[in-house]
Amino acid sequence: MIALILRELRLAATGGAAVLPLIFFLLVATLFPFAVGPDGPLLARTGGGALWMAALLAALLPVDRLVEPDRAAGVLDQLFLKGVSEEAIAFAKLAGHWLSFGPPLMLAAIPAAALMKLPPDVPTRLEIGLLIGTPGLAALTLGVGALTAGLRRGGALAGLLMLPLAVPLLIFGAGFVERGNEGGALQLLGAVSLLLVAGAPFAAGAAIRAGRD
Amino acid sequence: MSHVLALGNVACVRGGRLLFEGLSLTLAPGEAALARGPNGAGKSSLLRLAAGLLMPAAGNVERADAALADEHLALDERQRLGDALAFWARDSKAGLAAMGLEKLAEVPVRMLSTGQRKRAALARVVASGAPLWLLDEPANGLDADGLARLEAAMAAHRAAGGAILAASHQPLVLDRAQIVTLG
Repeated sequence: MIALILRELRLAATGGAAVLPLIFFLLVATLFPFAVGPDGPLLARTGGGALWMAALLAALLPVDRLVEPDRAAGVLDQLFLKGVSEEAIAFAKLAGHWLSFGPPLMLAAIPAAALMKLPPDVPTRLEIGLLIGTPGLAALTLGVGALTAGLRRGGALAGLLMLPLAVPLLIFGAGFVERGNEGGALQLLGAVSLLLVAGAPFAAGAAIRAGRD
Repeated sequence: MSHVLALGNVACVRGGRLLFEGLSLTLAPGEAALARGPNGAGKSSLLRLAAGLLMPAAGNVERADAALADEHLALDERQRLGDALAFWARDSKAGLAAMGLEKLAEVPVRMLSTGQRKRAALARVVASGAPLWLLDEPANGLDADGLARLEAAMAAHRAAGGAILAASHQPLVLDRAQIVTLG
């Protein structure tokens, strides 16, 4: 299991795949003020939600490299022959993917928050929300990646599948950033994220098994 | 378990088409079987069925631990060959030596030629230590030296109590092998 997680981390690091969502996230954070205009209070009010939106889109980027390359290369078949269950593969992928995606995104959120002119206490809430919400985003990416593995042009379909499912994360994540929602939104964000993390290995495992034909 | 692989009356359906049915095959330690048949007769499906990667439409499959070499290499392209093999098998050196790949251990997998990739897939099987080898067209792309090494490795595996199920169009030396004709 550890070897599998390490393999995921190595693949993310060597492929440059871990950096791409970060650059994308920072790029969106840079572009947003250009679109809205240099109006400080307006940026501060909308910035938190925009950063959550950027995080969601950044989470979507690696969807076609999580499961499909391993399926095409026969790695999933060979792991099956080694007696590794599909759920264990999916869990290792989830853990490896979050480690290469969540913490770097939280780091990137610091300069991004500065670009948005967020008031002093908001970045903290954004970071807490990302800490709790990114595992859920990673779980969604994995589940959708496993479902669409083996399909031609699965990437476009993956976006259509994943974005609606991410709505609760977006609502509660962005809601928590706003002032006055400190209590409920965070707990609901945690609940949604927990549900996704708990369910994704089983859903992805079943999808891997079904996709074997 | 007295046998390494036991297929009992299995049937295989792919895409709504019946490929074969009523196929029974048992391999005891040291035995080998060679699947023959035209393209599309279901040789690869038979191997995947024996591996457990496909469910039989009817019948049952029992097997010991198996290692499969098919057209998918399943080695990370960016890693060096030695490291990539070591991910799958603790004793990857034995596999490299058996297929004559020692000199390529430091070369990234993506630089390997067709024949070298085939050798690497076979090295993974040799190094796996599994009693059952499932080989899909193992001789494809191999030169004379590679073929000789493959045959030597298969003979050694059977002498050590392993069993082999292979599908091949190429002439492949497998002494006293059962012949499974499909299609």
